[in-house]
Amino acid sequence: MTDRSPRAPDFPHRHLLGIEGLSPLEIKALLDTSERFVEHNRKMDKKLDTLHGRTIVNLFFENSTRTLTSFELAGKRLGADVINMAVETSSVKKGETLIDTAMTLNAMQPDVLIVRHDQSGAVKLLSEKVDCAVINAGDGQHEHPTQAILDALTIRRRKGKLEGLRIALCGDVAHSRVARSNMHLLVTMGAEVRVVAPLTLLPAGIDNFGVEAFTDMKKGLEGCDIVMMLRLQLERMEGNFFPSVREYFHFYGLDYDKLSVAKPDALIMHPGPTNRGVEIDSLVADDFSRSVIREQVEMGVAVRMACLEILSHNLHAEERLRNL
Amino acid sequence: MKKGAIWTAARPNDPLGKTAYVNARLLDPATGLDAPGGLLTDGEDIADFGPDLFKAGVPSGVEVVDCQGLCLAPGLVDMRVQIREPGEEHKGTIQSAGQSATAGGVTSMVCLPNTKPIIADTSVVEFVARRARLLGLAKIYPYAALTKNLEGREITELGILAEAGAVAFTDGERAIADAQVMRRALIYARNFGLTIVQHPEEPSLSKGGGMNAGEMSARLGLGGVPAMAEVIMIERDVRLVEMTGGRLHFAHISTAMAVEAIAKAKARGLKITCDTAPPYFALNETSVGEYRTFAKLSPPLRSEEDRKAIVEGLKDGTIDAIASDHAPHDEDSKRLPFMQAAAGGVGLETLLPVALDLYHNGHMSLLEVLAKITHVPADLMGLRAGRLEKGARADLILFDPDYAWQVIADDLISKAKNSPFDGRPVQGIAFRTVIDGRTVFRREAE
Repeated sequence: MTDRSPRAPDFPHRHLLGIEGLSPLEIKALLDTSERFVEHNRKMDKKLDTLHGRTIVNLFFENSTRTLTSFELAGKRLGADVINMAVETSSVKKGETLIDTAMTLNAMQPDVLIVRHDQSGAVKLLSEKVDCAVINAGDGQHEHPTQAILDALTIRRRKGKLEGLRIALCGDVAHSRVARSNMHLLVTMGAEVRVVAPLTLLPAGIDNFGVEAFTDMKKGLEGCDIVMMLRLQLERMEGNFFPSVREYFHFYGLDYDKLSVAKPDALIMHPGPTNRGVEIDSLVADDFSRSVIREQVEMGVAVRMACLEILSHNLHAEERLRNL
Repeated sequence: MKKGAIWTAARPNDPLGKTAYVNARLLDPATGLDAPGGLLTDGEDIADFGPDLFKAGVPSGVEVVDCQGLCLAPGLVDMRVQIREPGEEHKGTIQSAGQSATAGGVTSMVCLPNTKPIIADTSVVEFVARRARLLGLAKIYPYAALTKNLEGREITELGILAEAGAVAFTDGERAIADAQVMRRALIYARNFGLTIVQHPEEPSLSKGGGMNAGEMSARLGLGGVPAMAEVIMIERDVRLVEMTGGRLHFAHISTAMAVEAIAKAKARGLKITCDTAPPYFALNETSVGEYRTFAKLSPPLRSEEDRKAIVEGLKDGTIDAIASDHAPHDEDSKRLPFMQAAAGGVGLETLLPVALDLYHNGHMSLLEVLAKITHVPADLMGLRAGRLEKGARADLILFDPDYAWQVIADDLISKAKNSPFDGRPVQGIAFRTVIDGRTVFRREAE
């Protein structure tokens, strides 16, 4: 067992529900802890016993492959017992079903609940009803904090810093929880953040997020260190935000022509899964000298291990206080 | 009017020399120029013009056109024309529209997308532009459809179509009824700085209507289109423009309430413009008489109070432009019971003389009238046209604003004859139409 000091002063929270509201120091703590696990995960023996005896439940109300696998691996490598629950959502009785499910699970004494839900705010609601730690694995169009942390870790490892970098988030900003978490994190850490999208895919009030909005992709990408593409959330688009995939790619798909105005060493990122030929040209996505899309996936496991370790640590401190 | 009309076969590959237009009354509504003088074209462009241009005589080797004191003005720009080609060539063709336009002094026109196929992909945009260019008659710039199949549900590829040459976007004779679709269209169009043109008519209110709703429609037993159908759509769209910051143009305004609503919106600084068509300031619902289908238009001819309000709107600038609203129909579409007959009238040849009514009746000056059919619509559509400007393409008309004649539908040059102005005595006619420095139309004086 590793040292279990009281609640980590650099991340004094029970849950990780979002990036909004976290301080630069807290984000730095998450990144620094994650960094340790990157090297560890490259070793042959990946098994630790940090979370020995802990129970982690992956409660996914929305389909996921990579995020679920990433959390599952993270939990298992830390020695916890991990179970995955995929729950079919009933659109009618969401509120009620959600709380019922939470109360039922809570009675089974889990230590960490990792929750994904298609409704913004659902994870927060659930966290108010349980005694364990909750990690938001994506709630509707609101936040996806571990994605933003793994993106930041990828950038920091490649560029050595976050502060002062010019970073463009391109595509469906309006419907993307990844975009929201990334905007909060990168702005908090002092990056110059730009968003590039057709006006129909920019949320109202974007100017208050501390970012600069562009509708012309070539202007938006000018001089950028990082080009972060967002997945076009085709499944979340009620109606008509752009006329066709063809027109979208023509004006907002990342190809070498549009990329040419970014810095020569600009990195390309994408939270995956990519829609090739829609938001990103296949050649660009597969360009090993520019694209760090696979590295993002690798960082994902390390970041989730860090989050689990920190939250369990805090949980332990709470338990000790309770037993005094 | 067919009499004396001569078209010069367009030969765009022939080298063009210089032409001097002497003894003209130069009119340029954009700058307020109204003076005797001359104009020199070199090749396809205007080389120079002014009161003193040929004081020292015309240089040798230059072809001379003696204007005999007639008005030399920029060619007319008609921002709303239906051509029917491709798809309904029995009603009208690009050639027929081109001949009708040049005979009426129109050198540039913007055509609606309601052809078959609809102008909603780059190939049709390019087809229309290429056909017009090869004919060498009036220039044609296409609107593209705002929504797929003109169904008002999903927006078309505005960005790609604009790159191909579509100058603005509209569903033509159909209103965008769904507020969310209009909202998204305005936002998306703003992305590329594009203009949307709305046919302002709430379809649930105009459904089943054939003429203006009122006493006349009640006596004739015809379904009515209430004036309110127009202003309700305008007021909704004004709010959507306010919400989105988009650019919206209302086509063929026909009611007093619409003028009032647009004046208010403009006063609030919204990016809203509008036009009307000659029937709406020159005729009223009594033209329907005993079920005259040539007077069936969309929007319908309105009350006398509405007509007067349209004149006032033109005078005070609330209404920016006048478009012909040219809508050719074959006889079979009009020789039907009133409710079943097609709506719309031809207008390219009557645009100038009926607009000049506003001048002859003392409502507006000659230059003010010309502005509504030259540089103002050109600016609204982003066309470099409608001005006397050195270096600009020489699109010119030579016209007599006082020449009296009578509109006889059967004598119109247009293939379709469905004019709501049949029988009307008018004043003003084009004697020569010049496009890209070439005289493409001449009318022999009797």
